[in-house]
Amino acid sequence: MSILIYAILSLTVMALIFGAILGYAAKRFKVEGNPIVDQINELLPQTQCGQCGHPGCKPYAEAIANQTDPINRCPPGGEATIKALADLLDVEVLPLDAEAGVDSIRKIAYIREDECIGCTKCIQACPVDAILGAAKLMHTVIVDECTGCDLCVEPCPVDCIDMLPIEVTKQSWHWHKPDNLIATDRQPNLTVTGEDAA
Amino acid sequence: MAEYILILVSTVLVNNFVLVQFLGLCPFMGVSSKLDTAMGMSLATTFVLTLASLCSYLTYTFVLQPLGLEFLRTISFILVIAFVVQFTEMLVHKTSPMLHKVLGIFLPLITTNCAVLGVALLNINKSNGFVESLLYGMGAAIGFSLVLVLFAAMRERINLADVPKPFQGPAIAMISAGIMSLAFMGFTGLVSI
Repeated sequence: MSILIYAILSLTVMALIFGAILGYAAKRFKVEGNPIVDQINELLPQTQCGQCGHPGCKPYAEAIANQTDPINRCPPGGEATIKALADLLDVEVLPLDAEAGVDSIRKIAYIREDECIGCTKCIQACPVDAILGAAKLMHTVIVDECTGCDLCVEPCPVDCIDMLPIEVTKQSWHWHKPDNLIATDRQPNLTVTGEDAA
Repeated sequence: MAEYILILVSTVLVNNFVLVQFLGLCPFMGVSSKLDTAMGMSLATTFVLTLASLCSYLTYTFVLQPLGLEFLRTISFILVIAFVVQFTEMLVHKTSPMLHKVLGIFLPLITTNCAVLGVALLNINKSNGFVESLLYGMGAAIGFSLVLVLFAAMRERINLADVPKPFQGPAIAMISAGIMSLAFMGFTGLVSI
């Protein structure tokens, strides 16, 4: 009979001690914030463009951390960001989500200046402060700052903003990258398909 | 001294936990598809196995044996190991975010692994002393890491190989694991304790 009491007592005491220490440790070693959100946020381009469907990069980072959103909804970041995110989170690299926009050609905004009425609406919409101008005066886009996020096109009441592809100059032109250079470029055999996916 | 080296060699190669004793097969198949994750898992396992064999030895010798409660070893080992790993995870999370990033997700995963409990129980069965228990746990972990990293490297190569259709995916992984196990059987008789 005494062995039974010993058994129950010793396990209870051990569990109580461990529980108390863990409870204390949870308070003592509490980590503020979720470090993974900050890490994801650092990888995002911080254009705050909202093309992912979130009001900015930080909310999108939180959505990725909570696994409510996939990692491929950031057109300004493009493939490089998706790769970096996939590396950080240890998930598969996905192609850029077409709904969020395509990144095939980099574009920048251009304001047809003689049509601009100076309403400042596009200035408020611009996430990176790339539009210069004042009320009742013509606006213009700072080319180096523009990320091509499209957000200024919608609010313009006279539709004087165009998204123009960046012209290829002698400085920015480069050769096409080769398609099948090394063995890892071969795609077909890599993924498990169809019925044997389980 | 020679005895300690023998324990290490015997646990790493001859009685390899994964390929000879078939313990801890789930992480062996589960996280071996990428070399990076395999490395993280190996580090976490080394850490947990060494710590677990130490704690379980202490619990058995200083709590269970004096009270005559040897039959409670399985449940109390699980309790102790889970506690120690959880506590360490909290500590690492607070003090070293970098280390936590490497080990973090794997620590809770490995806690209730059969290899961990296996090491603790085998230590008792072999009536190992303090240092022997420590070395036995460490050897088991090094053996596990070795096999896991080797296997992950093989699977990365297999991914690029032209595998016949019926063998693609998990099938070829199982087959290569089996062949690897056969190869490790070759170490039998290298050391005899």
